[in-house]
Amino acid sequence: MSANVLEIRDLRVEAPNGAVLLHGVSLDLRPGEVLGLIGESGAGKSTIGLASMGYGRGGCRITGGEIRLVGTEMRSASRPQREALRGARIAYVAQSAAAAFNPAMRLDKQVLEGPLLRGMPEAEARAWMLELFRALQLPDPEHFGERYPHQVSGGQLQRAMIAMAMAGKPDILVLDEPTTALDVTTQIEVLALLRDVIHRYGTAALYITHDLAVIAQIADRLMVLRHGREVEMGPTAELLENPQQDYTRQLVSERRESLGATADVHHRTGETLLSVKNVNASYGSTPVLHDVSLELKRGETLAVVGESGSGKSTLARLVSGLLPPRAGAVRFGGADLPPRFRDRSADQLRRIQLVYQLPDVALNPRQTVGEAIGRPLAHFRGLTGKAQRDEVARLLEQIGLPADFAARLPSALSGGQKQRVCIARALAAEPDLMICDEVTSALDPLVAEDILRLLRKLQDDLGMTYLFITHDLSVVQRLADRVMVMSKGRVVETNDTATLFAAPRDPYTRRLLDAVPQLRTDWLDEVMAARA
Amino acid sequence: MTLRIFGRPLPISAAIGLIIIAATVFLFIFGPSLAPFGQEDVVGAPFADPSAEHLLGLDQNGRDMLSRLLYGARMSVGVSLTAVLISFAIGVPLGFLAALNGGWPDMIGARFVDVIMSIPVLISALVVLQSLGSSLPVLIGTIALLDSTRVFRLSRIVAQGIVVMEYAEVARLRGEGLWWMLRREILPNALPPLLAEFGMRFCFTFLFVAGLSYLGLGVQPPFADWGGMVRDNQQGILYGLYAPLFPAGAIALVTIGVNLVVDWALAGRTMVQGENR
Amino acid sequence: MGKLILQRLGLGVVTLALVSVLVFAGTEILPGDVAAAILGQNATPESLAALREQLGLDAGAVSRYFAWAGGILHGDLGVSLANRQPVADLLWPRFLNTMALAGYAAIIAVPLAVGLGILSAAWRGSLFDRIANVVALATVSLPEYFLGLLLILFFSVQWGLLPSLADTWSGMGLGAWLQATTLPMLVLVLVTVAQIMRMTRTTVLGVMDQPYIETAYLKGIPNGRVVLRHATPNALAPIINVVAFNLTYLIAGVVLVEAIFNYNGLGRFMVDAVSKRDLPMVQAAAMVFAAVYVILNMIADISAIALNPRLRHPRSKEA
Repeated sequence: MSANVLEIRDLRVEAPNGAVLLHGVSLDLRPGEVLGLIGESGAGKSTIGLASMGYGRGGCRITGGEIRLVGTEMRSASRPQREALRGARIAYVAQSAAAAFNPAMRLDKQVLEGPLLRGMPEAEARAWMLELFRALQLPDPEHFGERYPHQVSGGQLQRAMIAMAMAGKPDILVLDEPTTALDVTTQIEVLALLRDVIHRYGTAALYITHDLAVIAQIADRLMVLRHGREVEMGPTAELLENPQQDYTRQLVSERRESLGATADVHHRTGETLLSVKNVNASYGSTPVLHDVSLELKRGETLAVVGESGSGKSTLARLVSGLLPPRAGAVRFGGADLPPRFRDRSADQLRRIQLVYQLPDVALNPRQTVGEAIGRPLAHFRGLTGKAQRDEVARLLEQIGLPADFAARLPSALSGGQKQRVCIARALAAEPDLMICDEVTSALDPLVAEDILRLLRKLQDDLGMTYLFITHDLSVVQRLADRVMVMSKGRVVETNDTATLFAAPRDPYTRRLLDAVPQLRTDWLDEVMAARA
Repeated sequence: MTLRIFGRPLPISAAIGLIIIAATVFLFIFGPSLAPFGQEDVVGAPFADPSAEHLLGLDQNGRDMLSRLLYGARMSVGVSLTAVLISFAIGVPLGFLAALNGGWPDMIGARFVDVIMSIPVLISALVVLQSLGSSLPVLIGTIALLDSTRVFRLSRIVAQGIVVMEYAEVARLRGEGLWWMLRREILPNALPPLLAEFGMRFCFTFLFVAGLSYLGLGVQPPFADWGGMVRDNQQGILYGLYAPLFPAGAIALVTIGVNLVVDWALAGRTMVQGENR
Repeated sequence: MGKLILQRLGLGVVTLALVSVLVFAGTEILPGDVAAAILGQNATPESLAALREQLGLDAGAVSRYFAWAGGILHGDLGVSLANRQPVADLLWPRFLNTMALAGYAAIIAVPLAVGLGILSAAWRGSLFDRIANVVALATVSLPEYFLGLLLILFFSVQWGLLPSLADTWSGMGLGAWLQATTLPMLVLVLVTVAQIMRMTRTTVLGVMDQPYIETAYLKGIPNGRVVLRHATPNALAPIINVVAFNLTYLIAGVVLVEAIFNYNGLGRFMVDAVSKRDLPMVQAAAMVFAAVYVILNMIADISAIALNPRLRHPRSKEA
């Protein structure tokens, strides 16, 4: 018998529609080893993780190769054989624990279900669960299991999911983006605990992620994947220091740049374009913004940063007139801005444009690119017929898409292309202010970098002013002149980007900055040491 | 090779459904002109057996069953189709407007429809027919109004789902008027579920009209209509005759045909959603 | 949770009050004169005046409504125009007949349909599932009288097993009653089983697509246990909704079935009253049908509230 707990040879997986998701991938996993699988969406990372459990999601079929899990070939194994291995020798941790737990079942019942079904004595199983709850620092571990999933926080649920996976004492964990859905300050805690647990119990792991800096903290080796094929594989430190393939080099340099370089600061001294003064806002009776103020000069980029629930997106809705404030005032271009967009003039509507996080739902699926960009041209600028078509072509060129894209429907575009069309649609109105609400969050890193580059170019060419809403501090560093940090609906700190990153004044800002993973294998150790 | 429609494979069941629908449309248009005898002509003895001249035999009054079925096709399909078309013409615009504008008219509309829908349709129809009597305009108008509450509810829900999408928000923030929002943003995206609903509504209404006629409260003599023909010939069954089964079977066949196609259209939709996940 | 249930009960009462307004309006607020409309061509000045007085038409619509609604609250459903007897005496025995028939059908249809629906969801794509689906789709499309006539043709006329008319009388034995009502029951079962089965299957499959079901499979839980322990409890509230929805349909379907088999229930009673334009009888029967409908829906909603884990175990338990 080989020493590897998992051996995959020439794995081939196909989707129900016949598309090939994996074109022959091979890998080995030694006991206790952590192998990071990294790549963009569609690279096939999760497919490998699930296939190693003999499982194809949504009707995907394993059509070729071998998967040898602790000596058993999973493809030829019978269904009971696979069921006996799942949970006992190999276990799965999903990205969203909130969706992965059964809402109608107590947590302990779900954690203990697999082990009890396989005949572990209840007392032993409970003792082991308690040990895991303690190791994962869950609050009140003796009674934690009595709760239902909706009764605990997101970070706690993600840790409970790890406990559920560990409950069967598996040899291998498949970790599918286990910290991606968490806020950055929560992510670091879960990551550290997860690493402790797998090291303590000598569990091997397939760690699936798109974030190089995260995986650098935990993986022994890395495998880079693209379009269902292996790009390169090697020990983590080596691969980060000395990538052999162009694609890996791009990934590494993008991440390094995002964490190092600071944008050229535009110290704008011109007129104030937008000012928000002492604004309060609420959804129904729930207050979401408390006494928020900001000033934005023409041609400047202000980044509004915060974790989920900080009120940063509410601020965007408030400025765009979708949510009128309870108190306070918004001034734009030297005049008071009516709180509701319905009360604003056509010119005011034209001058503020919004770009959204999810380009999929921001474009009408039944309108072509030409119609989507052409409509604001007709509506705001009265362009029709050939003049409109020419202007659409010019805008498409400006955002880096070929003119014949005008005839396409959104469904024929990639995510990055859709976001470019959204930007073109905003530009068509010739706005003074563009509100960018998490515009790169749903995109893969390299695509996101292209979008940021485009936004910077538009600012240089057109003198555009950006209100940039984001949770991603690395984006901030590359784009913003000034940063406003928000937490729980309040402004924590506002400062020049360089100053804020070098010398944060507020403890919350410092905690936020510290929690951004760095592309060094020893970053997590340092942070945890500094905390202890 | 499998036949494909709108880029989706067409299973046998849906193909059968489409054939049935095509045949129904054909009968609806040409049925009466194909009938060998008039719908009121007494041509023989009551409940006469099928013969070369009268393929399906004669009914309880000695009229040609086949001819009455052919005449009845136009009446049965026509009444339900008109009622469904009117109910969509009322329900869809109002549902869209309610979803788009929100506020108290939307609330009141939705509550009002809830109350109407908390009475079984058949009971509501009986109440109205009791007071207005059963003439064709009353019948069609009553069914159309009752149906329009269901159409309103669905259109409103579908449109609400679209109105909260960010592309609709972009259009609102651009200051687009009502007409643009309805025609360009909501309608194209609401069309697939509304078409499926049209099929289901037709099935329901078709059965409903036939049911009322069967109870003697729908289409009134002398007009031939399938539900009424079942009622008229029902006694025949006690003598082991198939007479009432011909109109009843025709009703069942049309309903099955539309249902098969609707089922296929709906199943296709959910599969697409599953693929995106 | 208790508050939510009370709210739902309150809503039910309000709905019933509004329904009574609609029923009253639908029957009485006519273009022209109610009495003339009811009597039609047989109207003589004397009979018109008598009917006007009996209906209290000299009073305004609002005060007539309150007199009528107040009567209902005290159990007084008015007097039949056709035979001058109190509506309540005529209505309640027939209502019980209808509920007995509907109950007989429901006891058989609901467990059968829910079971078949869960099974076909658990064996999704299997031969059983596909056959069940086609049969269900066909039965859903068949009108009650088609099924009824087929059953009569075979069970009564050709084989002589069961009576073609569902004759019942008070004081008849249970065996005789069952024999008389089995054919109508079968029709009701056939039309409701298919519908409940299809909707249960869709509901369970909707739950089976949830990520937590995948989690259960990836924990190595066998299929049967996943369906029973993980999918079904979460599908329970929607299934109850499906059942309630179809029971209301059954209540309306009873009207047709009673006509086919000449069963002495509330449905046939109401159809007769409509033909005779017996206004107080129609009003009372409509109110009773609507009340059953509203109450069934209310029970479904309250069960859904009571089964929701988020409401049963509120967050405040969080430390």
